[in-house]
Order: sequence, then C-alpha cells, then structure tokens
Amino acid sequence: MKIAAAAGGGLFLGFNWTNSNALPVVVDARSIAAGSIHFNAYLSIGTDNIITIVSPNPEIGQGIKTAFPMVVAEELDADWKLVKTVQGNLDTTIFERQVTGGSGAVPHSWERLRNAGATARHLLIEAAASTWKVPAAECSTENGNVLHKTSGKSLTYGQLAEAASKLEAPKEVKLKSEKDFKLIGQSVRNVDNLDIATGKPLFGLDFYREGMLFALIQRPKAFGLKLKSVNAEAAKAMPGIVDVVTFENSVAVVGKSTWQVKKAKGALKIEYEKGAELESTADHNRIFTQLMDNGEATVRRKNGDVEAAFKGASKVIKAEYQCPFLPHSPLEPMNFFAHVREDGVELVGPTQTPDRARTEVAKLTGIAPEKITVEITRQGGGFGRRLAADFVLEAAHVSKLVKAPVKVIWTREDDMTGGIYRPAVRYRFEAALDKNGEMIGYKLRGVGINSGNPTREDNFPSGSVDNLLIDSVEHKSPITTGPWRAPITNFLAFAEQSFLDEVAEAAGKDPVAFRLALLEKAKKSPAGEVKYDVDRMIGVIKMAAEKSNWGKKKGVFQGFSVYFSHRSYVAQVGEVAMEKGKPVLKNVIAAVDCGIVINKSGSLQQVRGGVVDGVGHAMYGNMTFKDGAPDQTNFNGFRLIRMSEIPEVDVHFVDNGISPTGLGEPALPPAGGAVANAFYKATKQRLRNQPFINEDAFKGIS
Amino acid sequence: MALFKLSINNRSYDADVEQDTPLLWVLRDNLGLVGTKYGCGIAQCGACTVHLDGKAVRSCVLPVSAVGKGKVTTIEGLSEKGDHPVQKAWDEVDVAQCGYCQAGQIMTAAALLKEKPKPTDQEIVTTMSGNLCRCGTYHRIREAVKVAASKSNQ
Repeated sequence: MKIAAAAGGGLFLGFNWTNSNALPVVVDARSIAAGSIHFNAYLSIGTDNIITIVSPNPEIGQGIKTAFPMVVAEELDADWKLVKTVQGNLDTTIFERQVTGGSGAVPHSWERLRNAGATARHLLIEAAASTWKVPAAECSTENGNVLHKTSGKSLTYGQLAEAASKLEAPKEVKLKSEKDFKLIGQSVRNVDNLDIATGKPLFGLDFYREGMLFALIQRPKAFGLKLKSVNAEAAKAMPGIVDVVTFENSVAVVGKSTWQVKKAKGALKIEYEKGAELESTADHNRIFTQLMDNGEATVRRKNGDVEAAFKGASKVIKAEYQCPFLPHSPLEPMNFFAHVREDGVELVGPTQTPDRARTEVAKLTGIAPEKITVEITRQGGGFGRRLAADFVLEAAHVSKLVKAPVKVIWTREDDMTGGIYRPAVRYRFEAALDKNGEMIGYKLRGVGINSGNPTREDNFPSGSVDNLLIDSVEHKSPITTGPWRAPITNFLAFAEQSFLDEVAEAAGKDPVAFRLALLEKAKKSPAGEVKYDVDRMIGVIKMAAEKSNWGKKKGVFQGFSVYFSHRSYVAQVGEVAMEKGKPVLKNVIAAVDCGIVINKSGSLQQVRGGVVDGVGHAMYGNMTFKDGAPDQTNFNGFRLIRMSEIPEVDVHFVDNGISPTGLGEPALPPAGGAVANAFYKATKQRLRNQPFINEDAFKGIS
Repeated sequence: MALFKLSINNRSYDADVEQDTPLLWVLRDNLGLVGTKYGCGIAQCGACTVHLDGKAVRSCVLPVSAVGKGKVTTIEGLSEKGDHPVQKAWDEVDVAQCGYCQAGQIMTAAALLKEKPKPTDQEIVTTMSGNLCRCGTYHRIREAVKVAASKSNQ
C-alpha cells in the first residue's frame, strides 16, 4: 500500500481519486485526496479522523449514496458522524458495475463494500497492535477507535491511518456477524439532505462552466418522420444564438442562455418527410386485437398438456388486460454536458450508465475511451430513462460540431415527447379449473409494441400449474421504448394478480388461500423449474395478510397482490372504503422481503415511493398517439399523482438475515393489483385497463 | 435586451436579459442561483417556486419584467444557515429521495407557514398538492410541514 498525501493535510488509506479536480457540482474533492492508489477504491481516512467513503453508483433517488457508505462504515466500525460520502466518477479500473438499474447495486456490491471496510479495519488494528507491541487479537474497534482493553489504551483511526497505510492488505478478511451490525438496519438520513434543502448545485442541470453554450434540440415531432430540410435563418438572427447545427434527424439551436435558445428553437422552419408508419393509438388497438388472435407467437414456457387441460376443464376463465405507453417523467429532464476536444472528451451529467455513455461517445467521436471522462452528478430521478445514452450522444454531437463546451437541455415537452417509453402491452389470460376448483391449466399471451418479451415466463404462477403455456407476439413500431422502473412487471404484475383474483373468485376461494395453495403445490410437486423462492413468497403473503388483518377488517374492502421481481418479494393489501357512495383508496399495507435492510429510513421511503409511483401510474398514467405524435406533451396533459391522491402506505419488512436482494423497484409491481382487487370488492367492477381513471367503472367517480 | 435591477435574497442584482425571460432562467443562467429548479415550464409542477414579497410564485412563468421592485427570495436565501424550521424539518423527517423537487416543496411550505403558522391537515394537503414529487415522498413532505409548524414560534 502507498500513502496518498492530501492537499488539505492528512493521509489516506487505500484511496483512488483519478479526477480529483473535476467535481463541480458534487463535492470539493480537492479537500479529499490527490493520490492514486489501486487498492480499495471506497474509503480514505484523514489524520483529522474524517473518513471519506466513495459511492461509485449513480444516485437517482434510490438512496445509494447513503446506503453504500453505511455498509463500508459498518465493517470499519467508523463513527458515522465523521463519515463524508462522495459520489465516485466513472472509473472502470477500480469500480465494477457503476450502473443504477435492475435494483442490482446493493446485491452486487454487498460483499465488496463489506470487504473494503473490513480490510481497512484489519489494517488499523494491525497498526495499533504493532504500536503497542501487543497481539492484534487483543485489540478491538469501536466508533472510529482501536482499543486495547487490558491496558486501557486507545488510538483514533486518524492517528493510525499513516501507519496502517504502510501495511500490506490481507487477501481475505473476516466479516462481521450480521447480529453484530450497529449501523446497518438503523435509520440514517440522506447524506445530501442539507445540500438539497439549501439549494446547492447538485444536479446535472445545475452544472455550469465558463464559456459553456446551451443547446436545445428539435427532434422530429412524430415517430416515423425524418428530416427533409431546415431553414434556420430566422433562428440564427435571434439574440444570443451562436449557431444552428444539424445531425441525424436533429436540429440543435446553440446559444448563450436557455431562454434565448428556447425562443429561437420556435423560429426554426423544418420540413419532415415520412420515413416509417405514423401510428396512432387506434392503430395500436387494432394491432393488439389482430396479433392476439393471429400473431406469430414465440413460446416462452410450456409445461404439461395445456390443450388437454382446457378440454377437460369444468370451468374456463378468460380475461384481457391492456396498458398504454408511459414516459418516465423524472422531474429533472434529460440533460448532459459535453466538451469534445481534439485530445479527449469531458462528460458531466445525470446518467444511470456512465460506462455506456462513454463507450457510445467513444464510438461517435473516434476518441479512445481512456481519454473520455464521465462525472456523475446527482440525478433528479431516473426510472430507467437515464439508462439510455441518447442525450449524452446529443451533447457530444453538438459540442463536436460547434467546437465548444455545450450543455444539452431537454424541455419538459422534449422529455415527454422524445421517446423511449414504457412499451404498450396487451395480455390475454386463460385459466382452466377442474371440478374441485383447482387450477389445472394456465395460458398467457402477451402482445407488445417494441416490448421484447412482455412476459416473465418463470415467475409465479409458473411452477404451480401442471399445464401451462406462456407465449408472446411482438409488433415493431417506430415509437421508441426502453426499460421503465420494474420493466414489464410494472404492468404484468397488475394484470396477473388481478386475473388470479378473478380465478380465485371463480374457484370460490379466498384470494390469499388460493395463492398459498398454488405455492404449496409448487413446493411439493413443481411443474417444471421453479425460479423463485417459494418460501420467501409465502412469507410475505402471510405477513401482509396478518398485518392487514386480512378478511377480518370492518369498513374497508381489501384486495390482495404479491409479486417477485428483482430478487425481492413484496405482497400488498389495498384497502378501499366507500365514502358518499364512491370508492376511495385509503391504505396500502406492504410486506417486503428484500433481505437485510441497510437503511431503515431510506428503505421505508423507497417502498412508500414505489407504491405511490405504482398507484399513480396505474390510476392516471396515459400516453396516446395521433399520426406518430404523442398527444400528451407536459404535466397539464399527462397526469402524475399528487399529495391529495395518495393512500396511506404501511410498510413491514421481513427480518430473515438474507443478504440484500434489491429494493429500487420491487415495491412498484404489486401496487396496481392490490388497488384494482380492492376496487373490485367494493364495486364488483373489474379494472382491466390502465389508466384506471379512463375505465367505465371509474367514470363519474374521480 | 434590457437591464433589470432585482432584489433577491436581500441583495441587489443586475440582469441584462430580454424582458420576457422567466425569472427562473434569470436566476439560473444569469445569476448562478441554481437552487430553483426547472421541471415543466408551465406552472404545473412547482419545482421553480420562489417567494415574491413573501408569497409563493412559479418563477418559470413569471417574466423578469413583472418582478419590478418586488423582493424575491429563493431557496438559497430562505435562511442564512440552512436552519429555517422547514429546512430543518425536511432533514429531521428525511424527506428527500432524489431531491430535485424539494427546493420548490420547501418554498411552498415556507410560504404557507408564513401565512398560516398552524395550518390544518387539509390546508397542508391542498397547498402542497400543487407541487409534484415524482419519487413519491408525499407522506414525508406532509409530515415535515407538520413538524415545521409544531416547532415554529409564530
């Protein structure tokens, strides 16, 4: 190990900071370290006892910048009050998987973070033992100190940092037993709370640089159109406008302020021509109907003999569910800063995939990835939209063309109409019951518009039904789609859990008992492979039923839903009450198994927020098209849920000591089903299409 | 272009901008006060909320020419040390997820409490429903406003 000297004084243990001078809106990194040591990229300890912990994954509101350092600090036995957290920049030489997506950061990094903290703790103990000339085994750590209890000696981590940094790091270290966790499982406040509450520059849109130009881009107003000609004369003559440049199907107006550029963008005269079908929502509905019956389906999973099961059934239940496209609507719209120079590229901004951003910019510019830096800002939401790199490429394109540092900004209208949506999907479910009400056959066909595979063929109820067929049909459309928080399952879970409610009713069974019986069957005599943990699913079902006093509560109508996604399990009970003859969603009770909860406060809010997101989009989210152009362009046409519309959300975590399995997404998928099933109990009307607000059953209610 | 003399956070600023420029963009692009956020540009989300003479206004639709001699307060000037009761409550309740909308939420809440130091639950919900939070931190926003109301001495 080497010592890294810091500009502000202090010595640092195993720390790597390659871009220490270039962190404009994140922190003043110069006060941290100037050295570069390839050992453990996560932490440094100053002689002033300040421990700096780097969080390499993008923070989009999932709380990673607080949770990651907590894990390191736990194994280090650090004093949390003396811990500073820092957003790491892209550095593939020291970090792995610098991605925020798939609820995967904590599951991926759990062991790595623990090792980073434990390794440093080991070295600090060694250094103390050697100073005191006592066996290391007699030393312990507590709150940022190494103690030798028999002699009563103690030294702070800061005092030991220099000596510890000269020792060789062990290849393997012993991790704490989970029962000894002191910090993990506590409520720790978001580390950026103060900066957020005082309006400090944190986000990509807050990044400004001397000489930076602003760019707004006019993209084709409809999917399927391509650029024919541009007349930018009037725009170029407007105040503050530096240039108007064209690339691919985009026209970028570049100037000295956002407002000037926005006005000039409105003065562009652009002609487009048809490059592909200009699809409308009416076309999509027709396509869904056609493909549902006559489409060429890809079989995703098949067990037993479905045809025979349905022929021999005493009852068949069949229903179709449909969802629209959805924009992600992070409150901070897409934006990115790029400075393409001859000798390299500087990229700064909000991205969930900094490595992809760099790779794609390298391809575009022909500049080697090693010469491209990516600084990750705090991000005003992501929801999957920032997994794409289109807006980063735009910034690089424009900077290259105008040979200047440029920030590309999307207006809300650009963000909403600019594509990469949650795909629209229609499902047909069929269930065959025998005379005892047992589900002996199950069919699911998903028809998606640019959805890839719109099913999750190995999820429940697969494995619990002997005869099963899951297939899908794809329609290719010019409308662009991509992952949207809990991809596919954000709608599939609602449809499936609502349909199972229909089946349970037809079978004359309680919805909870019906699901539990299926899971017992999957355990005792599985039909094919079972790729979810049956016991964990049963666990959350029972917990949600118990916490909601399922079936026994007076004055409310309860609906049940459970889903497995992103390695975690969440069951929810929705509660609807009739008020003045109208159904009102009052509560959602959630039982969550995400393994060990790292930050109680952040995790609780993550579940609440996921439920609010799930309920909000199920109720109101709707994007429709006319001749390839979205009808909704801003929050006046696209309705997001507001405070007056939220239910209470009561959250319970399963305490099972399993390593963390992800929480950014799993609370969202079950929400729609819990609400729709409760609504059915209250009104006897099924909600089968989203948004619920447009369903006949809802007309005149809200 | 025209020169505007603005009073912001008890300081005087000059801005040489076109008169239809929304206050939001003057704050952000010309004066470097980026705590006030852009969310929608049409007064639907509340991310750009500032105080004009103590009242909450949407700076994204307020032309700089309409500010006149009005006193503007932005999130940066709500308190000197970040210790306004609403700011403190936001930390205590641990409201923020991504944090992008919170400056606007805090400014809306602070204006409400200035006018009504002890608002009813319904008044809180009605007022705060004008501000969008895409992460869904509404429960904690509601709670934090109550905490701030309970701790202010007004």
